[in-house]
Amino acid sequence: MPSIRQHSMRISASTDELEKIRSFVASHAGEFGFSETDVNDIVLAVDEACTNIIKHAYEWNPEKNISVSVAFRNNEMLVSIIDEGKPFDPGSYQTPKLEEQLKNKKRSGYGILLIRKLMDNVEYRKRQSRNEIRMTKKR
Amino acid sequence: MSTFEISNRTRSDVIIMDIQGELDAHTAPRLEEKLQKLIDEKSVQIVVNGTGLEYISSAGLGVFMAYIEEIRELGGDIKITNLKPKVFNVFDLLGFPTLYDILDTEEDALKRFQQSV
Repeated sequence: MPSIRQHSMRISASTDELEKIRSFVASHAGEFGFSETDVNDIVLAVDEACTNIIKHAYEWNPEKNISVSVAFRNNEMLVSIIDEGKPFDPGSYQTPKLEEQLKNKKRSGYGILLIRKLMDNVEYRKRQSRNEIRMTKKR
Repeated sequence: MSTFEISNRTRSDVIIMDIQGELDAHTAPRLEEKLQKLIDEKSVQIVVNGTGLEYISSAGLGVFMAYIEEIRELGGDIKITNLKPKVFNVFDLLGFPTLYDILDTEEDALKRFQQSV
């Protein structure tokens, strides 16, 4: 049986907690033996997911919480991020086009694009009031 | 909490904005405020020197996206220089190098501004 190592932390839904969550993810991804480039990718993907939850799911309400857990198994890291805010519908997402965004002075939608580029797999799950993003990256 | 510092200096009538630390959703509003102030003062030839920039997320990139058109309409530009490879990689992933001048050094950016006069 391969051993599973898992670590969790909870933050309040506030942007001043982002640094804390980045350090948490960086330290565990480093322990799991990821290269510096991969650690940077995972950290950015988690930051983007948490930022989207703070902005869109909880609409800047810092009294809400976000749970982040990381697990490592079979050379793969799984990151699970859970919130209880407004659910995100991945079906409604349209990839932003930079040139058009600049013309229209818009800047949204890039977090999801980055997450998809940086991680190997991304899934969204919803169970009652709980939303979960599950992202994986192979070492 | 994320640390982020901005300071401005002037070289050959160009504003050099030195940014240091981590530019994320928490610190991006500070960059936004500084850029807005420069636009209000019509100081629109801007070089952002990222020598000390350790981290950027899409919230930080979003600030550059939101202001570039206005700055260009006013006859200026934002040129970005001295990025660490890990920070450049994030700009590159979103296709910034095709629409922004991202240069190796501050001198390169100043030369570009001189050429465009």
